[in-house]
Amino acid sequence: MNATQPQASLTILIAEDSAADRLLLSSILRRAGHVVLTAANGVEAVAAFRQQQPHLVLMDAMMPVMDGFEAARQIKALAGETLVPIIFLTSLSESEALARCLEAGGDDFLAKPYNQIILAAKIKAMERLRRLQATVLQQRDQIARHHDYLLNEQRVAKAVFDKVAHSGCLNAAPNIRYLQSPYALFNGDLLLAAFTPSGDMHVLLGDFTGHGLPAAVGAMPLAEVFYGMTAKGYGLAETLREMNAKLKRILPVDMFCCAAVLCVSFHRRCVEVWNGGMPDGYLHRVASGERTQLVSRHLPLGVLSPEVFDDCTDVWPMALGDRVFLLSDGVIDTADAQDQLFGAQRLQQVFASNRQPDVLFAEIEQALRDFGGQARDDVSMVEISLLQSGLIHPASLVYSDSGQSCPLDWSVSFEFRAATLRRFNPLPYLLQLLQEVHGLRAQSGPLYSVLTELYANALEHGVLGLDSSLKRDASGFVRYYQQRKARLDTLDEGFIRVHLQVTPTDGGGRLVIRIEDSGEGFDVARVMRRPMDDIRLSGRGVSLIRQLGQNARWSDDGRSACVEFFWEEMA
Amino acid sequence: MSVVSQMSRDGRQLTISIKGRFDFAKHQEFREAYEHQDLESVVVDLKEATYLDSSALGMLLLLRDHAGGDDADIRVINSSMDVRKILAISNFDKLFDIT
Repeated sequence: MNATQPQASLTILIAEDSAADRLLLSSILRRAGHVVLTAANGVEAVAAFRQQQPHLVLMDAMMPVMDGFEAARQIKALAGETLVPIIFLTSLSESEALARCLEAGGDDFLAKPYNQIILAAKIKAMERLRRLQATVLQQRDQIARHHDYLLNEQRVAKAVFDKVAHSGCLNAAPNIRYLQSPYALFNGDLLLAAFTPSGDMHVLLGDFTGHGLPAAVGAMPLAEVFYGMTAKGYGLAETLREMNAKLKRILPVDMFCCAAVLCVSFHRRCVEVWNGGMPDGYLHRVASGERTQLVSRHLPLGVLSPEVFDDCTDVWPMALGDRVFLLSDGVIDTADAQDQLFGAQRLQQVFASNRQPDVLFAEIEQALRDFGGQARDDVSMVEISLLQSGLIHPASLVYSDSGQSCPLDWSVSFEFRAATLRRFNPLPYLLQLLQEVHGLRAQSGPLYSVLTELYANALEHGVLGLDSSLKRDASGFVRYYQQRKARLDTLDEGFIRVHLQVTPTDGGGRLVIRIEDSGEGFDVARVMRRPMDDIRLSGRGVSLIRQLGQNARWSDDGRSACVEFFWEEMA
Repeated sequence: MSVVSQMSRDGRQLTISIKGRFDFAKHQEFREAYEHQDLESVVVDLKEATYLDSSALGMLLLLRDHAGGDDADIRVINSSMDVRKILAISNFDKLFDIT
């Protein structure tokens, strides 16, 4: 501050019992441009402070009625957080008395007789302090306001997001366990889970780059695409392509989303995995205690343009009770007091020492607690176990239309040829079409499962000529899906025909699904001899179709499959 | 300076060297290192980089975008085991020549 700068005009209270001293001080201060209030004792001083809130107080220590020490205490209490400097006026000279002045709340003292220059300098110094304190308080309040504002914004954003993110089955499905901080969203962590119409489960664990609102922004459109496409029956590949394209379009270049995405099929007892940039996930086999690492093989979502995006997935067989674990890097990077990281190896040890699969998840949580001692809020972890397919029921869809325009007598035929089969999945469209028939909606789960199996059989065993006996053991299973991809990528002939026929019956209706393929067919009689509850890895499709649909039959040496669904008129 | 950039004598290759933690705190410096340069080929030297986080990956993507996207010629050299692991999980070796 510049010394020559004219001093700001202050309101100064003089508390002094000697009328002569009061007069002297008043005239000095008035000449310096200040407004002066006066009091003849402590009680008057407190009253004057209460009424007029002066900026600064000159306080005589020894006064009748109430002395300066008590008055200073009361004024400081009244002033609260605001700094009202008190300068004691004193003829006392022993150090103990001077110390008492400061203990009572005084900020400085001035010895009598008064030296004008020192008085002016002290007032100026106190004014600097007073302003500093006022600025600090003002900024503190501003920060507090901004902080409240931010928290409120986050609360609102989270409430909106929760509606979107938790519209899935994360909290409803009995086979999911997860751990996630309530504000994980603002660390960019994202966990989504939903059933497909056929009862498969799609799960996504994602991690956006960055923190705070920017990290949360991309989560919303990602969740919308995930839930929308899963509910309509799209597979992982199509959903991944769409999520990547959307993020690539809307995110800035330096933002992307690491993600591990799963499709757990309870009917087919397998898990399909795509991992782009997340730490290794694990498929934990209960029977053998073995673990398969689900390694990141792709760039994160939102980096590559749609033309070069790789939607290639891995498929692994699962047995009842087997578990899939996905985790965020917060798990691996949890640090102890010495800044050591938890690391993948310690995680593996927890897996290895587990005896009861049911408590594995809790054991990992415990190991993290024991190790780190301090919870991070970017630790996200999810476990999905494979249950008997009948034990899990996706919530049935709710429709708002009245049913007056329901189509009841029609048929339609499609022929999908090689170039289409390579990339296009017609099942969501077929399902949507069939959902127009009200009577079928209650059976949409089984209906979609049967359609999926019929189509998969026609494509894989028919058009692609894959041998389902390959899937007898786990390694053959993997080979099967590698061959499937290789043959599909180079497919240049063949077809699948889908015929749907809906006809009204007495008090209800009937749907006939017929699917033909251009393949070699199979020995129908031999397959039909197998028991219906056959749960080998291979050939499960046929028994599922026979259980869920009616009058399932194969003709033309297995090249044509036909299944029927019936329904009753609804009240 | 924890981010140093140097253009080769023929003006064709820019080398950006990172010292210490390669994270969001280097955002500004890293961008300034290449922003006003005409980029033919870029070498990012991580010899003295101790750590790399996801925002560093984002910065590399920005550099790649600036240097021509899919046509960019960018080499990331001298990455330590830890750094290479992080780059590998994200499969950045599909976008950058990493050694």
